[in-house]
Amino acid sequence: MSPQTITNPHQPLYQTEQAGGLDTFYYDNKIVRDFAYASLVWGVIGMLVGVIAAFQMARPEFNMGQYATFGRIRPLHTNAVIFAFVGNGIFMGVYYSLQRLCKTRMFSDVLSKIHFWGWQLIILSAVATLPLGYTTSKEYAELEWPIDIAITVIWVVFGWNMFGTIIKRRERHLYVGIWFYISTLITIAVLHIFNSFEVPVSFLKSYSAYAGVQDALVQWWYGHNAVAFFLTTPYLGMMYYFLPKAANRPVYSYRLSIIHFWSLIFIYIWAGPHHLLYNAVPDWAQSLGVVFSVMLLAPSWGGMINGLLTLRGAWDKVREEPVLKFMVVAITAYGMATFEGPMLSLKNVNGIAHFTDWIVAHVHVGALGWNGFLTFAIIYWIIPRIFQTKLYSKKLANTHFWIGTIGILFYAIPLYWAGFTQGLMWKQFNNDGMLQYSNFLETVLQIVPMYYMRGIGGLLYLFGVFVMIYNIVKTVKSGSLVPNEKAQAAPLLPAEKDEAHGGHWHRWIERRPVQMAVWATVAILIGGIIEIIPTFLIESNVPTIASVKPYTSLELQGRDLYIREGCVNCHTQMVRPFRSETERYGEYSKAGEFVYDRPFLWGSKRTGPDLHREGGKYPHSWHYHHMLDPTSMSPGSIMPPYPWLYDQNIDIASTPAKIEALQSLGTPYPAGYAQRANQDLAKQAREISAQLATEGIEVKPEREIIALIAYLQRLGTDIKVKDETASK
Amino acid sequence: MYKNVLESIAGIEIYPIISFLIFFIFFIGLTLYVIFSDKNHIAAMGKLPLKNDDATNYGGEPEL
Repeated sequence: MSPQTITNPHQPLYQTEQAGGLDTFYYDNKIVRDFAYASLVWGVIGMLVGVIAAFQMARPEFNMGQYATFGRIRPLHTNAVIFAFVGNGIFMGVYYSLQRLCKTRMFSDVLSKIHFWGWQLIILSAVATLPLGYTTSKEYAELEWPIDIAITVIWVVFGWNMFGTIIKRRERHLYVGIWFYISTLITIAVLHIFNSFEVPVSFLKSYSAYAGVQDALVQWWYGHNAVAFFLTTPYLGMMYYFLPKAANRPVYSYRLSIIHFWSLIFIYIWAGPHHLLYNAVPDWAQSLGVVFSVMLLAPSWGGMINGLLTLRGAWDKVREEPVLKFMVVAITAYGMATFEGPMLSLKNVNGIAHFTDWIVAHVHVGALGWNGFLTFAIIYWIIPRIFQTKLYSKKLANTHFWIGTIGILFYAIPLYWAGFTQGLMWKQFNNDGMLQYSNFLETVLQIVPMYYMRGIGGLLYLFGVFVMIYNIVKTVKSGSLVPNEKAQAAPLLPAEKDEAHGGHWHRWIERRPVQMAVWATVAILIGGIIEIIPTFLIESNVPTIASVKPYTSLELQGRDLYIREGCVNCHTQMVRPFRSETERYGEYSKAGEFVYDRPFLWGSKRTGPDLHREGGKYPHSWHYHHMLDPTSMSPGSIMPPYPWLYDQNIDIASTPAKIEALQSLGTPYPAGYAQRANQDLAKQAREISAQLATEGIEVKPEREIIALIAYLQRLGTDIKVKDETASK
Repeated sequence: MYKNVLESIAGIEIYPIISFLIFFIFFIGLTLYVIFSDKNHIAAMGKLPLKNDDATNYGGEPEL
């Protein structure tokens, strides 16, 4: 077919005409272009924030003021990269391929536009709220409740548009790529809704509907599957479309792709608890996570092999074509990350790797290699096509490829090294049976050079993206967008009787998107329900600890400051049952200790030491000096200072609403306590202030630092008197 | 500490059996389908992305 543009400006561009038994219709390329641009712009922003965060870990001076500390911009980085860069990348790929696989324009231009602008507004609201400290602190779900609702609405718009398109399609069979899109749509909806149950306290503050162990299990069921169904399945769907397109040959084995799809979505959903190995969650849940993570290797590698073998006999093209080069590295990175994932799920490996930079390296092989490179490949492929031109410079694209690849290596290898080194140092005992590196900071200073190298790797990768943007801008300037691309296809006639009643059941389902959606939902819900239902039952089954009491009103305010400052990004509150940890931190953490923790704050990374047994370890004055200037107490510390806590007052106006919200969730504060809570708060604050005065520190009791000290001194103290522990 | 958690849920024994059966039967069925599915149909499905649907195919090789 020859390229066509629309010549009559008065005619609706996307009107369907019929001629000679064929429908003529128009693909919407404008929306594809918009998502591609958005992906690139947010990609630069997200990666730039990532580079800043990376250098903050090497030089605390890069923490620039209250609104740009590592604790606040790290969630900004992850959200921007996952939901803005990759998210817009998904929509770009889906809107391009779905129209062509269904032989129809998107269901509704209006819905497409609402989807596009709604999604950008959500991202903007994340950019505005996260640095201001409005965060739920649950990883990759940090956005507060009004934004959660907006995400739900926009996701429904996307689903409506997608299913509308599938239903009005002109191709009877649904290609495997579309199945991956459907599973993405459904699973992300389920995950987002269940993980976002929270009780609003104010416009931008809420408490999780789940507490402690339950919150952790739901969060990592979400977190793990967000990786599965936001970073993996839509990209696999795109791989199954764009790789055959770019290589100009069908996928190696369509049979394998069917197995890949069903086994991946069936198994992925179970593996979440591998994020909580050796944590205070039931053993059965941990074992479930391990078993399914190991099983996951099979479909993941099936998919990778299917991708790579698609290029069999075409490797000469790979040498010529940067698009294919990017794809090969992307698929290889997918293979490496999905080999490493099951390996990291083995308890003995996890015991060393968890909480270290190893995990950070692991996710970046996935993010930079798999998601990043596949996004770049698809943009390089799509833009010249929808702009009716050739890529401005293959040479520059090759340059981008090499800079990006070297960037990934510079990023990942030092962090693997750092993670391995630190994980082993934490566990090293000397000949006397004492911890070899009893000062946590020693293990940090050892790996700071690795943090520099990682930062340089990130810079290289980002520089590559700028090379790409230059190339894309030049390409766009040399062509002109075909906003509505003409295409023809025969209308879909009702299925012939023999086909409707005969044939295999799977062929039957390949023609029926709604049934496909229902079955995909069943598949993911089986895993989800079996994993999640017992966690709801746990609440009534977990042995309670009599001495564990709700936080005082001052501690609660302090805890919310801990959440606001994003302390959880660098400090865990989870002492694992290893001798190396009980020696370093104290008694290992028990599930029953977290029953009033909304949200849970176990963390996933120890850039600083664990804080679960911090209470009572140091005098108030230590914390006072340490938060003002961490290096005064720990020379060489890479923790940023928090001077604003010494000027700002505790937001006591919020106390009654917070107490009431927690009461509504079952925290046993006495009836009517909301109104008295601030009196208790003031009393405890005066006590801490008076205590500090005896150590020669003058600080007003209403300052934020007082609340934070109260919280830190409470941490893990409930079961300090072991005899009081009562297990029912 | 936790080994009794599951025991205290009424009728819990049936869950692992049900889930195993769902898995097992589904995958056996899927594998059989995939092995015995019609060659032409599979080939046609694999070629869906390559059907000539691009009005603009610049810079690439001719479509299949």
